[in-house]
Amino acid sequence: MGVINGGFGGRHGSSDPRLPPGQTHVYDWPVLSTGPTPNVDEGRWSFTITTEDEVTHRWNWGELQEVGVEDVVTDIHCVTHWSKLDMAWRGVPMDRLFEDVETSYDYVMVRSYGGYTTNLPLEDLLDGQAWLATEAEGEPLTPEHGGPARLLVPHLYFWKSAKWVRGMEMMPSDDPGFWEQNGYHLRGDPWREERYW
Amino acid sequence: MTHVDGNALAGAFATTLGIEITVTVGRCRSCGSSFNLACAHVFITAMGAVMRCGHCQAVLGVIVRGFRETLVNLSGLDYIRVPHL
Ligand SMILES: [Zn+2]
Repeated sequence: MGVINGGFGGRHGSSDPRLPPGQTHVYDWPVLSTGPTPNVDEGRWSFTITTEDEVTHRWNWGELQEVGVEDVVTDIHCVTHWSKLDMAWRGVPMDRLFEDVETSYDYVMVRSYGGYTTNLPLEDLLDGQAWLATEAEGEPLTPEHGGPARLLVPHLYFWKSAKWVRGMEMMPSDDPGFWEQNGYHLRGDPWREERYW
Repeated sequence: MTHVDGNALAGAFATTLGIEITVTVGRCRSCGSSFNLACAHVFITAMGAVMRCGHCQAVLGVIVRGFRETLVNLSGLDYIRVPHL
């Protein structure tokens, strides 16, 4: 991990009301990867949402931009105890991508290039709470930070914000993704410290 | 992000399973290769360690050190062979 501020005598310690319990404010952006970094160029990138009726909604890179990107300033919280505040992001609201999706299922499995998965309740992806992000801090997302596109769900621990995202599959039950099968909480709300099972 | 080799998990295997990883052979469930686990590719992250097959990159196992317990998942291996020392 990188340089950590707000430890002993730090002025930005846990007194900052934007920091959930057990979190420390960092200024750098640590990288966490469970495997080799996939290099997905925008030309062969696509994103799909698949429903129980086997209907697949698909966007290529150009189509994604046409859906409409917006700017988001938000804090992110990693389960490994660092938080980064006031990050500037740019991405497509998940609300727009789900506009024409008809499903009676309440849960989503997120799938990434490279094989990573994470599960989320659909309601955590809607109502202005989640984006398909393509830029952070004014730059296109680098491959190590999940580019060309990653999920951004800042109100949950950051492992839910899957890097290199390629699609979502609707599920009838909250089946666990990669970390959720390996000891981490099914939902991961940082304000409730939902870290482990 | 780059990987290290299976020796990085020697301590975790010794303390949680009581086995010596450098002499343990495992078979990848995904591609069927057998190899010494010290040759696996290991990605160490702050959330946990992920062990991958050096031949096909499939996930062989995950070790997560939580508050109260350590989780060891070796579900990507058909079996491990641990010699009597
Ligand atoms: Zn293999």
